[in-house]
Amino acid sequence: MDLNDDPQQAAFRAQVRGWLDEHKAEAPIVLGEGQIEDEHERIEAWRGWQRKLAEGGLCGVTWPEEFGGAGKGPIEQVIVNQELARAKVPGALDFIGLGMMGPAIIVHGTEEQKRRYLGPMLHGDEVCCQLFSEPAAGSDLAGVTARAVEQEDGSFKISGQKVWTTNAQFSAFGVLLARTDADVPKHKGLTMFIVPMDAPGITIRGLRQISGEAEFNEVFLDDVHVPADTVLGQVGNGWGTALTVLMFERLSIGTTSIGYSAERFAAGVKSAPGAQEDPEVRQRLGHIGTEMIASRFAGHRLLSDLAGGQLPGPEFGLGKVTVVKSAIDAGDLIADVLGPDALDEGSEWGYMISFLPGLKSAGGTEEILRNTIGERVLGLPPEPRSDKGVPFSELKARENEKVA
Amino acid sequence: MDLSLTDEQEFLREAARGALKRVDTVAAAREALEDESKRPDLWKTIVEAGWTGLLTSEDQGGAGLGLYDAMLVAQEAGRVLAPVPLVSTLPAATILDAADDQAAEVVAGGETRIAWLPAAPPTDQEPRWTSDPHRGVLRADLPTAELDGDAATLNGTVHWVPDAAQAEQLLVTASGPEGPVAVLVDATATGVTVEGLWRYDATRPLGHVTLKDVQGRVVQADETAIRRAWQVAQGLLAAEAVGTVDALLPIAIAYAKERHTFGRAIGSYQAVKHQLVEVLRLLENAKSLLIYAAWAFENAPGELALATAAARSGAEHALDVATRVQISVHGGIGATWEHDAPLYFRRAQLSRRLLGGASGATDRVAGELMAGVVPA
Repeated sequence: MDLNDDPQQAAFRAQVRGWLDEHKAEAPIVLGEGQIEDEHERIEAWRGWQRKLAEGGLCGVTWPEEFGGAGKGPIEQVIVNQELARAKVPGALDFIGLGMMGPAIIVHGTEEQKRRYLGPMLHGDEVCCQLFSEPAAGSDLAGVTARAVEQEDGSFKISGQKVWTTNAQFSAFGVLLARTDADVPKHKGLTMFIVPMDAPGITIRGLRQISGEAEFNEVFLDDVHVPADTVLGQVGNGWGTALTVLMFERLSIGTTSIGYSAERFAAGVKSAPGAQEDPEVRQRLGHIGTEMIASRFAGHRLLSDLAGGQLPGPEFGLGKVTVVKSAIDAGDLIADVLGPDALDEGSEWGYMISFLPGLKSAGGTEEILRNTIGERVLGLPPEPRSDKGVPFSELKARENEKVA
Repeated sequence: MDLSLTDEQEFLREAARGALKRVDTVAAAREALEDESKRPDLWKTIVEAGWTGLLTSEDQGGAGLGLYDAMLVAQEAGRVLAPVPLVSTLPAATILDAADDQAAEVVAGGETRIAWLPAAPPTDQEPRWTSDPHRGVLRADLPTAELDGDAATLNGTVHWVPDAAQAEQLLVTASGPEGPVAVLVDATATGVTVEGLWRYDATRPLGHVTLKDVQGRVVQADETAIRRAWQVAQGLLAAEAVGTVDALLPIAIAYAKERHTFGRAIGSYQAVKHQLVEVLRLLENAKSLLIYAAWAFENAPGELALATAAARSGAEHALDVATRVQISVHGGIGATWEHDAPLYFRRAQLSRRLLGGASGATDRVAGELMAGVVPA
């Protein structure tokens, strides 16, 4: 039972820590107290920091060396994440491109696409966003309705609406899932595209959340014209490409911490006069602390599995459920003991309390996750579905009938 | 980072599973509810398997293994509701071992049956060492010890002591003039009364132990060793609970696949499926917490109180939910003697109230965290 690095990992950690010791003073403050106020300036400073990280070999840790990556495994990615947190410096600006879109391009892209996109992505010159979810297609992602219509010259015109698009406002490209054929069952008629975000017909609008901040965007596409060589993977195989992205997303979520911990919550509770002595408060904190510690060791177990060559299965999603649930409970407890002050914008907790209800659905709702785990891990039978084998156009027609 | 089981641990687990198969302990758990004599005495099994010496160092005749190894055995016992007296024997063994006491070897070899009288260390809110009260929420005082060299005179009562009535020796933690002392007492000594209790869960024999001017021998264990006994016991109870949940979940899943209502298997309904996934979530969390407890036992003594309390809290919560979900998935029949579900439910109900209780463990997690302990 060993929580320590093996010699190879220790050497890698020492190298990363050495680089960060040398360069951490150059890191911009992009989050929280003292952050660069102006958004444009902040993004540009962050972009510059990503470039430095890339030069130091700290970006694209798991990318193959031929594309400028370090050619290492998920364990080394975790080591980099841990050392960035330890040095209290931000990671790369484009965590979506580096963690999910780049790896998907490496798997499914043409040689030309790899040459074109990967280098600028790695160095932060071109940020890439994810255009998957739609207002009516989230957990049931294969139900996207954005249409891509093939033109006579083989190019495509895309129309539709995307949502929850992190970083869209400063992205150069977006990886977009659209329907190219509505007359086949829904998983079959999809195609993935790499769309330039400055193309005519694209409108980006910030989506304000409970906290008042707009961390996500809505993206509207109105007859956006893209050439044939923007197809990522095969026409009609967009679902296969999407599954690759979602697999990398799971790995990416699994290896990143969201910064909450049992000890931080305990300190928050303790700061309220009288809270430490209150038996009910202690019961609530005890349960929260227990779950937070469990999720920390679940993370250690994941690393141990990764070191043994096992990739995380769907059950790893339960770790997210636990962290989000106990952080929601913690926000509630802290607001109870601190009173309305906890909700203030300047408070350590106000943002967290507002942010968490949405996080519950991020990356697929908790209910869908429980279905997936129930079926794939516990082997329980699926609910009957009315969409299996039915052409997408017919499915939509049925929905409309029911509404009428 | 390597948290996988070693080959030796895999072997220990398989051996434990094999040893506990010789008796149908689940059936016995049911029969013993009506007839106390039907409870199998597994003492011989545990001595033959060497479990009494699991945590005792090799030079004292033990196996010198870690907490995780002991928890592997406890999980197997929990799996089949086997009345294995680990939670009484092993804490006593760790105290004797830490003290280099002459009795350590005898206990490790299983030559005498010993029961440890649970004593809870102070918390950030409770400055005393305490024991479980007979009833109510106020913690009880430990027995008192008057010392004269190695000799001690003990007075007091300790309630809800696991395996007390079967023991030949008692390891008492008492309040001495300068803090807690461990005292070894012959169970048949003058002034010792053990009221054997056969309660809600027949697989867990308990006793109230009263000591009136009882003469015992002081074991030279320091406070750390005495505290560690409590922590080991918490870890073992947690492991038993994890084993029970691990055994329950597949039973409920199998039924959810097989039983049909309204033309489909009930496991296809989200209302059923999500409950089972919740049990899986709590079970996986509890397994992670066992690993933390075992790791702290070897590497971080300052975190052991937090780690074992978290393991107990998480595992007993999982057990509580799992036993209720099992009943709910099975429908009305799950609440009758036609099914084994009530046996597991009874196990959960009683074990959650012993040794400070699951809520005591939860309270200790909060206390340790607010005292500034940072988990690894």
